[in-house]
Amino acid sequence: MRVTATVNGVRHQADDVWPGESLLFVLRERMGLPGSKNACEQGECGSCTIYLDGIPVCACLVAAGQAQGRDIVTVEGLAGSDGSLHPVQQAFIEAGAVQCGFCTPGLLVAAHDLLARDPDPADADVREALAGNLCRCTGYEKILDAVRLAAARLRGSGVAVPAAPSPAAPSPTEASLAAPSPAEAGEA
Amino acid sequence: MEFLQPGSLVEALAAKAASPDAVPIAGGTDVMVELNFARRRPLVLLDLTRVPELAGWSLQDGRLRVGAGVTYAELTGERGGISGNGLGRGADGLGRAAGGLGPGAGGLRRLLPGLAMAARTVGSPQIRNRGTIGGNLGSASPAGDCHPSLLAAGAEVEVASARGTRVIPIDGFFTGVKRSAVAPDELIIAVWISPPSGPEQFAKIGTRNAMVIAVAAFGLALHPGRRLVGTGIGSAAPTPVRAREAETFVAAALDEAGLWDSRNALPESVVTEFGALVSAASRPIDDVRGTAAYRRHSLAVLARRTLAWAWSDYQRTGLAGRAGAVAEEAEEE
Repeated sequence: MRVTATVNGVRHQADDVWPGESLLFVLRERMGLPGSKNACEQGECGSCTIYLDGIPVCACLVAAGQAQGRDIVTVEGLAGSDGSLHPVQQAFIEAGAVQCGFCTPGLLVAAHDLLARDPDPADADVREALAGNLCRCTGYEKILDAVRLAAARLRGSGVAVPAAPSPAAPSPTEASLAAPSPAEAGEA
Repeated sequence: MEFLQPGSLVEALAAKAASPDAVPIAGGTDVMVELNFARRRPLVLLDLTRVPELAGWSLQDGRLRVGAGVTYAELTGERGGISGNGLGRGADGLGRAAGGLGPGAGGLRRLLPGLAMAARTVGSPQIRNRGTIGGNLGSASPAGDCHPSLLAAGAEVEVASARGTRVIPIDGFFTGVKRSAVAPDELIIAVWISPPSGPEQFAKIGTRNAMVIAVAAFGLALHPGRRLVGTGIGSAAPTPVRAREAETFVAAALDEAGLWDSRNALPESVVTEFGALVSAASRPIDDVRGTAAYRRHSLAVLARRTLAWAWSDYQRTGLAGRAGAVAEEAEEE
């Protein structure tokens, strides 16, 4: 079976798709987009959250053929075309909301969707919006911090533009997450 | 495995007639789990998300027809649906236009508050965005969250096949654990519900608010227009069931004391006995989510609470005001 869909604005095609496989498998294994994570495969953890026609869903629960002709945005599609991080992504880094990182792609999409609908969510609204995304590292407090930070910055910028915020002084978290310099890489 | 994607109801029914073993899939929240874990290997998968007749809802001759493809998020008013051609949503693919509720989605929540309350307790936003009322019925799990409210409301399920269409009363729909009265060549098309003439309530026990399969659930509807009370028990019997004796008892008690008209406080003894009768109507088992004893106990508590809440709503809003509001909203749609 052939599946064709627009993913992150680009037309993708996958051939020899088994009709029983999930959109998550197609994205990760056939379209080279491993950002959406495969954890529970039963819609419990939210790590594979993507936009399907603008609505956040678990890619593991979408049959491959159901995505035919649809418009999909994955975590890889949140950053600007120049690679600049979306304010939600930047906020997750700065707030220390990323530890092992496995839940992060799904949380980014869920948080991105929340802030697109509600630029100033109450804490209870954030908790509700992220209720389908499990994180076993952070205890969620840093994630809540990140969403508050992203919301404040997006409100400050007027609209939810997918552009990077002006770079602040790098926090320790940010520095530790940055790519190693060639020298450091050489030592390792 | 074959993947069929009909673009109309006629095509879908023809496909189901040709392959009665075909597994219908809409939101995939049950079917895909079985496929992902290799618990099921159907020869044919029948995708219903492109059948426009299953999408949306309408008011016909004073009754609500909710398409089988209506999602939990549409019932709660959180989102538009998954069925149809995907037009009119997510223009930039990033959710900014995706707040785009289907026409009158908020109205559905106001017209069917008990069902909206139940839908709100389903899974997570991601699950509510995909899972459908038709899928909930098709899976026919004793723990299906819509079922208690549908039982309490006296809903009917419209099913169709190439042979024709028929309507199944909800209290004859569930025939066993994950079994329903739907024939192999039939598809669930819609749910019919009369707009409620009184308050509705729903309550569910679980370990947290999100992502929980009910340990026990209870739906209640006051029908002051017919002087009846509707009930539905979830997760505490092989199928979702009504608590018929409890319904009869409380309706008689309300009638005898003239409470439908006076709207005076419910006697504590009536509330307590109602809870006991609801509990007695259950046939729970011990399983990983809870014990039978806990389910019996919690059902009595849920029944007492929901009756008290609904009666309080009834006292506050009044039949005339509520019925008028429902009619007005229906006209708005």
